[in-house]
Amino acid sequence: MAEKNLLEVQDLKQYFPVAGSRKVVKAVDGVSFFIRKGETFGLVGESGCGKTTTGRAILRLTEPTGGKVIYDGNVIFDGASGKNIDMLPFRRRMQIVFQDPYASLDPRMTVGDIVGEALDIHKLYKTKQERRDRIISLLATVGLNSEHANRYPHEFSGGQRQRVGIARALAVDPEFIVCDEPVSALDVSIQAQVVNMFEELQDKLGLTYLFIAHDLSVVNHISDRIGVMYLGHIVEMADSDELIFHSMHPYTRSLISAVPIADPKIARASQRIILQGDVPSPVDPPSGCAFRTRCPYASEKCAAEAPAFTEVKPGHYCACHHLDKLN
Amino acid sequence: MSEQYLVNIQHEKLSFFTPAGEVKALNDVTIQMKEGEVLGIVGESGSGKSVTAYSIMGLTADNGKIVGGTVEFNGHRIDQMTEKEVRKIRGKEVSIIFQDPMTSLNPVYTIGNQIEEAIKLHTDKKGKEAKDRAVELLKLVGINEPEKRVKQYPHELSGGMRQRVMIAIALACEPKLLIADEPTTALDVTIQAQILELMQELKNKLGMGIILITHDLGVVASMCDRIAVMYAGEIVEYGDTDDIFYNPQHEYTKGLLRSIPKFHEQEYSKLIPIEGQPVDMLNPPAGCPFAPRCDSCMKVCLSAKPGKTYFNDVHYSRCWIQKKGGNN
Repeated sequence: MAEKNLLEVQDLKQYFPVAGSRKVVKAVDGVSFFIRKGETFGLVGESGCGKTTTGRAILRLTEPTGGKVIYDGNVIFDGASGKNIDMLPFRRRMQIVFQDPYASLDPRMTVGDIVGEALDIHKLYKTKQERRDRIISLLATVGLNSEHANRYPHEFSGGQRQRVGIARALAVDPEFIVCDEPVSALDVSIQAQVVNMFEELQDKLGLTYLFIAHDLSVVNHISDRIGVMYLGHIVEMADSDELIFHSMHPYTRSLISAVPIADPKIARASQRIILQGDVPSPVDPPSGCAFRTRCPYASEKCAAEAPAFTEVKPGHYCACHHLDKLN
Repeated sequence: MSEQYLVNIQHEKLSFFTPAGEVKALNDVTIQMKEGEVLGIVGESGSGKSVTAYSIMGLTADNGKIVGGTVEFNGHRIDQMTEKEVRKIRGKEVSIIFQDPMTSLNPVYTIGNQIEEAIKLHTDKKGKEAKDRAVELLKLVGINEPEKRVKQYPHELSGGMRQRVMIAIALACEPKLLIADEPTTALDVTIQAQILELMQELKNKLGMGIILITHDLGVVASMCDRIAVMYAGEIVEYGDTDDIFYNPQHEYTKGLLRSIPKFHEQEYSKLIPIEGQPVDMLNPPAGCPFAPRCDSCMKVCLSAKPGKTYFNDVHYSRCWIQKKGGNN
C-alpha cells in the first residue's frame, strides 16, 4: 500500500437551506480527512449524521458550501477561490455506487445500456462491437453473464442489481469509488457476496474506496481506517482495529457496544452502553460539542466550546474534552 | 397437548394465488410455543417468516389462503374462524409491531388518539379512563412527558419514539403474544439497542410471549429462547438459541453464520458467502429448496425433500446429510 494520499478533504462544509425560513441545515460542518491510494476508508454514523452528504459533496454531486477537496494533487473544489472547476475529466476517475439498487437503476433501460451509458458519455469505444464487448466483460467482472445485458432491472434480485450498479461504476475504469451503503438493502447471505466482490475488485484493479455505512461490523470488516461521524462532524478517526478495540470517544464506544453480536454467550455477558434520547436536529445543533446532549460525561465546558479534532496517538484522531477521564 | 401451548401451528401450508400462478409461501410449518417464550424467526426476504407470524393473527392478504394444517392460538382455531371472530382477538390477545414506524401510524390522528382506539375497542374503559391508560402506557414504554406527547402527531416524533408508541399501542390490552416484525431494522444502532432493551424489560414485567421476526442474527442472539430458521417457506432448522449458534446442523444455518463479519474478533477473516440467488417461489426446486445453493448438495437433495432429523428433544433440521443422532 502506497503512502500517497489520493484524496484530501479539508474543512468540508455542506449546508442546505430550510424551506420557509432563513435557517440552514449544517449537514456537514467542517470535516477533514484523507484517503491513501489503494486503501478503504470507512465512514460510519447514524442516519442524518452527514456521511452520505460527505460522499456526494466530495464528488460534487451537490456543490459544497465551503472547504477544499484535493484529488490526486488536483484541487477539485475550493470554497475560498470560488473557481468553477470542470469535473468531467475527474468523473472518469471517481465513481459512486448507490445504496438502493431498486431506485438507482433506470427501469426503462436495459442493463447493457445502463452500464454502457458511461461509455457513451466519455466516448470510450470506436465501434458498436467494441462497446458490446466492453459491456459483456464488465458484467463478467461482477459475476453476471452476457445474456443479462438485454434484460431490464426488474428481472433481477437485489443482489444482482447491486452488481449492475457496480459494473456501471467500473465502466470508466475509475481509481476511486464512493460506496454509499452498498449492502444495507441486501439480505445477509447476499451482503457477504457483495462485500467479497468489493474486496476482490480492489485487489484486482487497485481501487480506492470511501465506504459509507451505518453497520459498524461491515465497515470494520472492509476498511483499513474508519471515521465516525456525528451530526456533521467526524468525532473519531483511526485504523480499524485501533478504533474498534481502543476507541476513545464516548459516542464511538456506545456505537460499538450497540452492535448486536451474533453469539448468544457473548451477547448475554456484554454490557450495552445505551445512549439516552435521539440525535438532535441538525437545524438547531447543540452549542459546543454536538454530542453533549447524549453524552454521559458532558460538562459545562462541552456546552461552551467545541472540542478540537486532535491527533491523540499517531494516526488516531479524536474530538472530546474528556479524553483524560475516558482513558 | 394443545392446551399447554400458546401457539400451536401444525403442518401449516399457505399459498398465494397470483396471476402468475400459485406461490407456496409456507410448506409444512410446525411451531409450538409456550407462554412467555421468545421465539426468533430468521430468514431472508421471501422466506415466509412474516407470513408465518401473520397467519397467527389471521392476517393473510386477500389472495392468500391456508391450504393445509392447523393454526391454533391461545385455544382458538384461527384457521377456522371468520374475520369477524378473529378481530376480537387481534389487538387484544395478540398484537403486532411493524418494521416501519413511519408508515404504521396514522399521520392525521394524535398519538393519544391512536392508543385510545385500541383501549376503547377491546376494554370497557372510556373517556378519561382511556386517556389515563394511554398516558400510563407511554410512561411504560419510556417516553418522557407523556401528558404532552398524547397530544402530538406522529410527525413530531423521532423514529425511535414512534416505535415506542407502536409498542404502547400493541401492549394496550396486555396481549399474551406480541409479534415483532423486524422492529429495529429501520432504526439506527443506538436506537435499536434502546428498543431491544425496552422489549426485554417489558417481557420480564408483563410476561408475554414474543415472536421476533428478523434477518439479523445479532438481534436474535441476545433476546430469543428458541430460533426457527426459515428458507423458502420451510423451517429448515429449529432449536434452542445455543444449539442454533454453537451446533448448527443445516447447511443454510451454517452458511448464514459464516457470512456475517466477526465483529468481536481481532483477526481478519474473509467472509464466506452463500453463493447463488434466493429461490424463485413460483418455481421452487423439486427436492430440498436450498439444494441449488448448497455446497454439500447430493443427488438425492435434488429429487426428494428431506425429513426432520432430531438432535435432542427440540433441535431438528431438514437435511439429507444428517443421520439420526449423528454429529455431521
